[in-house]
Amino acid sequence: MATSTVNQNATLASIIQQRREAILAEWLREMSGATRRSDLMKESELQAQCGQFLDLLARASETGTNAQTAAYEPLREMLMDTSHVRAQKGFTPRETAMFVFSIKRPLFTAIREAHSKDAVAMAEQMWSMTELLDSLGLYTTEAYLKSREEVIRRQQEDMLELSTPVVKLWEGILALPLIGTLDSARTQIVMESLLEAIVQTNSRVAIIDITGVPTVDTVVAQHLLKTVTAARLMGADCIISGVRPQIAQTIVHLGINLLDVTTKATLSDAFGLAMQRAGFSFVRSDKKESKRDN
Amino acid sequence: MAVVSTEATPVATESDIVAVRRLVRETAAKLGFSLVDQTKVVTAASELARNTLIHGNGGEMELITLNGPRVGLRLKFHDHGPGIRDIQLALRDGFTTGSGLGLGLGGAKRLVNEFEIDSQVGQGTTVTVTRWK
Ligand SMILES: Nc1ncnc2c1ncn2[C@@H]1O[C@H](COP(=O)(O)OP(=O)(O)O)[C@@H](O)[C@H]1O
Ligand SMILES: [Mg+2]
Repeated sequence: MATSTVNQNATLASIIQQRREAILAEWLREMSGATRRSDLMKESELQAQCGQFLDLLARASETGTNAQTAAYEPLREMLMDTSHVRAQKGFTPRETAMFVFSIKRPLFTAIREAHSKDAVAMAEQMWSMTELLDSLGLYTTEAYLKSREEVIRRQQEDMLELSTPVVKLWEGILALPLIGTLDSARTQIVMESLLEAIVQTNSRVAIIDITGVPTVDTVVAQHLLKTVTAARLMGADCIISGVRPQIAQTIVHLGINLLDVTTKATLSDAFGLAMQRAGFSFVRSDKKESKRDN
Repeated sequence: MAVVSTEATPVATESDIVAVRRLVRETAAKLGFSLVDQTKVVTAASELARNTLIHGNGGEMELITLNGPRVGLRLKFHDHGPGIRDIQLALRDGFTTGSGLGLGLGGAKRLVNEFEIDSQVGQGTTVTVTRWK
């Protein structure tokens, strides 16, 4: 019979092509428990992805079942894209990997049906299919993790961008608490916003607090010095606070000249000095203190 | 001198410099460096990594943990950039061919215990520094 000869040397490609619709239907059903997230991805989009995966798999498997070969590149690329999209949409790694793993059962059913007369061929094909799908599943997980790392890195950058507000501490006194890495293009923006705020609020003193800056190297120092000079030209004095002992030592070793710049160990020291410079003085009204005196 | 571990990291982007500082800080802390010594070696690493990126067109850092009679941290910054024509001049405070303060190389030298520059014009530059615990 014609069918049995076809079946005996049925290639994976031909099995997939002949049973495409049945495999697709069962795969989608299989997925509903594992990775189908209709809240995150449209049904039509998922169906299109499954169809594309099957077609790419059929084409690639004509040359063998080694996922590392060039024939599998289009398929790997597609998995890279779908993992990337899933990572951004909020799928879990498990849900993402299950996209690949959940095709096992439908494919095995198809292989079994195609080789109903040849147990050896069937076992061989199932084994190579298992190996192939496992390595594609791992590839998917790796691609997913890479995308997540990318997402996290971007979020961290965004956070750093936001975390440098200029605050008005008192009439005529501004503070810029710097947090995190200071040597990127961001520093320029932060420093400019301080200068703008000095003009807007007509401030006489600006405190730049570097308590949250882990490393002060020559690039950071250069940015600080530039800002102090520019502020001075605009009629405002800068105080740099948060200069911890270890930072003071490294600054000296680097040979950076901060002698013209007022520095303080803590923000509160700097604030006290700033009040003085802005012409304010404090009087302590403390009843307990005066009672003890009596 | 027993080399316990060696690790290579790329120095090709701004964010690689951040990663270099983090790696050096973590390693120095693990070796039991004092806070001051951690800060010194991290700052030296920051200067040299930046030179590798800006002046050397990028390269890599090798981090070597030493655990012989003395515990220490050795950092090797390596690039295939233009090289340094006059090393004495480059080390001089305030000398720069770019737009920096010109304090990085000399500063890094003062922040570590051992300092060595190997540079060939047109071939590249390797700066090796060691800070003992
Ligand atoms: N890896 C390198 N490759 C080529 N030239 C370098 C390298 N490192 C330093 N230099 C040269 O040495 C000079 C001084 O370096 P440095 O003291 O760090 O100051 P800066 O980086 O501010 O210029 C640089 O301007 C540059 O000409
Ligand atoms: Mg430099």
